[in-house]
Amino acid sequence: MKTRRVTAGVASVLALSLGAAACGGGGDDNDGGGNGKKDAALNSIVNASSKKGGTVTYEHSDVPDSLDGGNTYYGWVQNFSRLYGRTLTTFKPAAGKAGLEVVPDLAESLGKASPDAKTWTYKLRKGVKFQDGTPVTSKDVKYAIERSNFAPEALSNGPTYFKSYLVGGDKYQGPYKDKSPEGIKSIETPDDQTIVFKLKQPFADFDYLATFSQTAPVPRAKDTGAKYVQNIQSTGPYQFQSYEEGRGATLVRNPQWDPKTDPIRKALPDKISIKFKVNPVTVDNNLLSDKITVDAAGTGVQPQTQPKVLRGKYVNQTDSSYAGATQYIALNLKVAPFDNIHCRKAVQWGLDKQSVLDAMGGSPKGDVATTLLPPSVNGYTKFDTYATEGHKGDVAKAKAELKACGKPNGFSTIMTARSDRPAEVAQATAVQASLKKIGINIEIKQFPAGKYFSNFAGVPSYVHKNKLGMLSMAWGADWPTGYGFLDQIINGAAIKPSGGNNLMELDDPKINKALTDAIANTDDAARTKAWGEIDKMVLDNASVVPVIYRKNLLLRPTSATNVTVTQAYLGMYDYLLMGSSK
Amino acid sequence: MATQYVGKDANPESVAAIKKNLGLDQPVYEQYWNFVKGLVAGADYRFGPDATHCSAPCFGYSFKSHIEVWPQLEQRIPVSFSLAVGAAVIWVVSGVTIGVISALRKGKPIDRVSMFIALAGVSLPIFFTGQILLALFVYEIPVWDSIDYVPFTENPAEWAWRLMLPWISLAFLFSALYARLTRAGMLETMSEDYIRTARAKGLKETTVVAKHGLRSALTPIVTIFGMDFGTLVGTAVLTETVFSLQGIGAYSVQAIKDNDLPIVMGVTLVAAFFIVFCNLIVDLVYAAIDPRVRYS
Repeated sequence: MKTRRVTAGVASVLALSLGAAACGGGGDDNDGGGNGKKDAALNSIVNASSKKGGTVTYEHSDVPDSLDGGNTYYGWVQNFSRLYGRTLTTFKPAAGKAGLEVVPDLAESLGKASPDAKTWTYKLRKGVKFQDGTPVTSKDVKYAIERSNFAPEALSNGPTYFKSYLVGGDKYQGPYKDKSPEGIKSIETPDDQTIVFKLKQPFADFDYLATFSQTAPVPRAKDTGAKYVQNIQSTGPYQFQSYEEGRGATLVRNPQWDPKTDPIRKALPDKISIKFKVNPVTVDNNLLSDKITVDAAGTGVQPQTQPKVLRGKYVNQTDSSYAGATQYIALNLKVAPFDNIHCRKAVQWGLDKQSVLDAMGGSPKGDVATTLLPPSVNGYTKFDTYATEGHKGDVAKAKAELKACGKPNGFSTIMTARSDRPAEVAQATAVQASLKKIGINIEIKQFPAGKYFSNFAGVPSYVHKNKLGMLSMAWGADWPTGYGFLDQIINGAAIKPSGGNNLMELDDPKINKALTDAIANTDDAARTKAWGEIDKMVLDNASVVPVIYRKNLLLRPTSATNVTVTQAYLGMYDYLLMGSSK
Repeated sequence: MATQYVGKDANPESVAAIKKNLGLDQPVYEQYWNFVKGLVAGADYRFGPDATHCSAPCFGYSFKSHIEVWPQLEQRIPVSFSLAVGAAVIWVVSGVTIGVISALRKGKPIDRVSMFIALAGVSLPIFFTGQILLALFVYEIPVWDSIDYVPFTENPAEWAWRLMLPWISLAFLFSALYARLTRAGMLETMSEDYIRTARAKGLKETTVVAKHGLRSALTPIVTIFGMDFGTLVGTAVLTETVFSLQGIGAYSVQAIKDNDLPIVMGVTLVAAFFIVFCNLIVDLVYAAIDPRVRYS
């Protein structure tokens, strides 16, 4: 009897502990996020402050590819590195759509283009210095671009757009192999303040390329290749006080940074600290309990934290931002029956997108997509070529298309999904269930994400041989314009023997020409308008089935100040603005 | 292999450059020879404008970050070691004490409760107990502000305080096991003839238990402790992950995910060293506690 009582007592204590941990709530009500309401940081600056001081604390559940601006492809590092590296241009630290505007940073003004948009000239501001007091010159910018684009043997993580667009980019061996003082000839530095880029082809988005962290100057004398990350020479308001590989870093004020040379940075906090490899749930809990300022990844809270913040006292501290990415299904034009436009249209009309979104996690995960370009990209135009009520699909129209395709009873095909992406597998399962109603029978094949493009979906010969008709795909732009988003996924030139991203194998001369013409157009308004028109052309071709515009469910702690979402960096918070009351 | 470290814009030239630079273009036996040579004599690598020397013991460079492996391990070993030492002290003291009390009070409520807790400890995984402890004592009732590693040399009190929760959750698992082992050993020993003789001689009960009973029951405990402790230094992956401690266990998990072989090799060697070292210590301790194996 006694034993039973003791056992019951212990069980009760355990159950109570579990209950307390599972609820994780309670306590006083709190408006949260300063003066913010739900989604307030999407279009305004929440908890605005001009008070100097405090420490902004970042945590990340993973490690970055590198904090060296010349060796990173990660969006959050592009955002974060602006604290210690000044690029030729950058995105305006501002709320809402204004955050997509490119503004001069290290340069005095935006690039001056030649009429053919093949030559771009920038004048550097005077008085900008490295943290050791050495003045920054155009040669330091040129060197930074050379090392980041042309030395894959040491710095392989970053994009190589400069290499692709610069004249002679395919021949130059990089500064570590080619020790000649002149370097790549298509970047000219006629004087210490001027830098001129000569391109192979017209490229009107060059100011966007100039926002890349690769244009932050690097002094040749202090470059140590892959090890430079341990000794980054700052040009921004903060410099590294400590850096521990894979563990974190602390940044303090850079005394050589002169606010007079920098009209865009307020540099309010005294200190920035960042910690890597923190358990993802701990990162969320630290945000909820206001122990840290921001989750550096900027992709939103974990699925297990979402129920806690979608209602109750934390709801006013959340921002559901567009992640700058679209989840879509690529219908391969070389795999029957998708070589027939009517069979493609049958999928477009028949798919119940709302059920797919629900299966993927509902509104916190995103909105139903009707275009390939997501709403947070310059050039997005709202339209719906295959509009159905409530995005639930139209069986009658789908069946009519099937008839026109010569498959009145439907057909069978294979759909791919990345096995280690649960939302994508859920998407494929929901698509399978939805299209079964119109007689399209789908077999789902899963592949590991790490080899998806290099070995499977991105290899046309494999796709044809295995008759992979429907390929799951998600895409975010390297820079937020129609070209930055579309060129890699719909241009015929992006079809590669392996590792390609044009999974439809779309090679439409009209679309290719429209892309080439638009990117050569230096009239910003006309160029931006063209992206929406090209998007329509792709949807008319019916080989892309947009499913959702991805969203992040961000959480801003009460101590965070000057919080606003930047669409330029995949819908995360603007790290240049962010401060802390702690 | 090289294609994984070439970034998004892989092309045959850059893959070849990476392959050459990582030494993957050489035959396996040559790669192995270079690795072993590096351990004792150091090696030269080039991941930048100039070649840099990696002095012995050179475990090579991370394939992913191109940063030397050994300094990374050096920074992380104290974290894992601290975790293992603190937890070991708690689990040995509590486990053995509970085991002895249980054995001496066999069938009594205290035995039942102790064994119930022990059973719970063995059954509950660290990611469960760890999360519960974190939720309760860091977020609900914030006894601890944060769980972190502060070097012992910097502030011993903070070192112990901030590692207390990881120690407790790790020790909970092990002390349960040790309590059960000690209990079983003690029950067996306490029914031996020589214990009866000791009592018959009129020795105090504490002397009988501590000097004659426990000493004999400890031998298997010490054996298993050596193995557990040595293994734990390199494999406390769950505890390190749950509490976001940057030890070598968590480091190896990241390396395995990244296919970063030099780090995996480094961690394996360090972990193996600790296992061998701890077994050596166990052999020496045997002699102290068991006269039968005393070395002449």
